[in-house]
Amino acid sequence: MKENLYNFILGIADNSLILGQRMGELCGHGPSLETDIACTNISLDLFGQVRSYFQYAAKIAGDGRTEDDIAMLRKEREYKNVLLVEQPNIDFAFTLGRQFLFDVYHLAFLSELQKSTDLTLSAIANKCIKEVSYHERFSSDWVRRLGDGTNESNQKIQEAINSLWTYTDELFHQTKADIAMVEQGIGVDVTKLKESYYMQVGQLLEEATLEIPESKWFQKGGKEGVHTEHLGYLLSDLQYMQRTYPNMEW
Amino acid sequence: MSTKNWPLWEIFVRSKNGLEHRHCGSLHAADADMALENARDVYTRRSEGVSIWVVESKNITASNPENNGELFEPAHDKVYRHPTFYDLPDEVKHM
Repeated sequence: MKENLYNFILGIADNSLILGQRMGELCGHGPSLETDIACTNISLDLFGQVRSYFQYAAKIAGDGRTEDDIAMLRKEREYKNVLLVEQPNIDFAFTLGRQFLFDVYHLAFLSELQKSTDLTLSAIANKCIKEVSYHERFSSDWVRRLGDGTNESNQKIQEAINSLWTYTDELFHQTKADIAMVEQGIGVDVTKLKESYYMQVGQLLEEATLEIPESKWFQKGGKEGVHTEHLGYLLSDLQYMQRTYPNMEW
Repeated sequence: MSTKNWPLWEIFVRSKNGLEHRHCGSLHAADADMALENARDVYTRRSEGVSIWVVESKNITASNPENNGELFEPAHDKVYRHPTFYDLPDEVKHM
């Protein structure tokens, strides 16, 4: 089995899986009918992307596991998503702030992944990039609106950005698998995306009349499977059916 | 939290090029840009459209149902105004 390629794919797919689950939690709970549908649309887009990645990963694993097994039956430490995407939906500003901080990265990542020498991955990236361009437009728009809105909305989105900021640096960390994949022309060198990420995010925050957080202390660990306390609860929701009724299908 | 609603918008979607925009419903949004994005998510998520128009509902002037008699009934007994006496070639669609 191509261990590095498998882990590299999980690193990408788990971000979309966990963020998709977070956005899906809003189904029926969004602040208005329109934003509720928008958030669950984003969730469905992400789950669709996840399927393509996990189908490919299952093929590489070649040990009889299916896309569902990979998505649903791993333990907490085996998920490779960044800490940012597992943070809870504290309020609407938090939800959209998290989405925005991830989308800017996600879009830049996918445009690089399109150039991958692995044809399956470049095809998936090519398909996902339109969806993610819309996510980025939607979440940037909301950060701008909330920041440049009322005093209350400005304060809420500022608090969200301040709390989430500590999770942004991890987006640009590399695992052993990431480095191996960059060397083979398959992966994306995320360290090269960092500068333009902070420039783009900073520009939008400025437009939104928000302060760019100055904290230089960052959390890390998600990519190595060391998560915040929130992931366990998320997984118990996500995995409930498969854990309670093993091999259940419908 | 404010309980005031966002203004109402009427949404028109063109299902494919060459056809006209059709009214498909309404939604709430703070401004025209947001109305477009909301319409995209609410009304075109199953690829129903290639183009969207949004119009704030208050900008539409509607006829009063009480006047239906004088407005519409006089047309009922004038069948000769319908072009039903022509044979349409099969190639003509969407008539």
